Amino acid sequence: MSYNLKEELKKEERFTGGHRMCAGCGSPIAVRTVLRALNPEDKAVVCSATSCLEVSSFMYPFTAWKDSFIHNAFENAGATISGVETAYKALKKRGKIDDTYKFIAFGGDGGTYDIGFQSLSGAMERGHDMVYVCYDNEAYMNTGIQRSSSTPHFADTTTSPVGAVIPGKLQKKKDLTKIMVAHNVPYVAQTTFMGNFKDISEKAHKAIYTPGAAFLNVMAPCPRGWRYETEELMTITKLAVDTCVWPLYEVIDGKYFLSYKPKTKLPVEDYLKAQGRFSHMLKPGNEWMVEKMQEEVNRHWIDLLVLCGEK
Amino acid sequence: MSNLKAKDINETITWKEITLGCSVFEGGSAELVNTGDWRTIKPVIDMEKCKQCMLCVPVCPDMSIPVEEDGRRGEFNLFFCKGCGICAKVCPFDAITMIKDEK
Repeated sequence: MSYNLKEELKKEERFTGGHRMCAGCGSPIAVRTVLRALNPEDKAVVCSATSCLEVSSFMYPFTAWKDSFIHNAFENAGATISGVETAYKALKKRGKIDDTYKFIAFGGDGGTYDIGFQSLSGAMERGHDMVYVCYDNEAYMNTGIQRSSSTPHFADTTTSPVGAVIPGKLQKKKDLTKIMVAHNVPYVAQTTFMGNFKDISEKAHKAIYTPGAAFLNVMAPCPRGWRYETEELMTITKLAVDTCVWPLYEVIDGKYFLSYKPKTKLPVEDYLKAQGRFSHMLKPGNEWMVEKMQEEVNRHWIDLLVLCGEK
Repeated sequence: MSNLKAKDINETITWKEITLGCSVFEGGSAELVNTGDWRTIKPVIDMEKCKQCMLCVPVCPDMSIPVEEDGRRGEFNLFFCKGCGICAKVCPFDAITMIKDEK
């Protein structure tokens, strides 16, 4: 069935208002879109790593989740949801449970790229029937914008502060999506919010309904940490995709498919100048940083085109 | 064992009445929380200009744009809306404007 935004939006919302995420936050948008991809008759068990999302959506006695929700610790969302999935399978086998349940874990980049990494890796390798969704906002936003292994090269954070000593983060961003592909799981995709949400909705549906482990990496901008005005969210994600900083692709059984190729690939500067965390890169004398960033983006983009058989 | 609902759990109850392990026995209880009072600006929609393209609905981080049964978007739910302005920015028809929220 082809994607129809109006039909999708008729589904009942599974994530409610009243959560305490900041105004303009990208992560609840990622969450509600992924949950909307569930078939309405199916139930879900959601697990979250410690994150902005966890502390803001689940403050006793309030929960913004209409489905079952479990939080354990920062480092073990992958292990927690795989345990729940295994218990479900055991109960189902004994005929003690009839309904269809789907298992979804959410984590920020801190809980996914860094702290929850071994737990996620184990869950993917064991092949539980689950989806792990990383909402990637490229730093530890919950505790005050500390750098993570997902923070881009040169970005200004409170633990990689721009000044006379260092030009922002010294290291490059880890490519987690490709690391997940290397786990040989049946479905891995990288996406973000674009236009009518076709890309992310279709990928979320595939990830949930592909038997076995699946991984979804969603860029979810943080207006506070990235330093842009809240209303610009969709401009930022569009620029990330059109500059090829965050390419959209999916990997099905090890085969790469490019989801979107910009008509004109924009210079990386367009993406950088929209955000305060990169403002130092555009100052006179710092042109080398932009050049370096552009080089990195070009290299990754060409690699991806080759993998997708587009070049 | 207590299985109190969120609406009955507040500063006036004692620890004995709190649910065991602080479990929550209902889904979506955050709907009781008014996050609209964070707002300094609020969205206003001009239904004359709105073409029901629905592009504003999925971009809302606060589920503040309800979809009616006939599939059309309804009025803003200002109980949740934090006034981020993403909806106004994505509207292709300039039907949504952000104005100062006088309370």
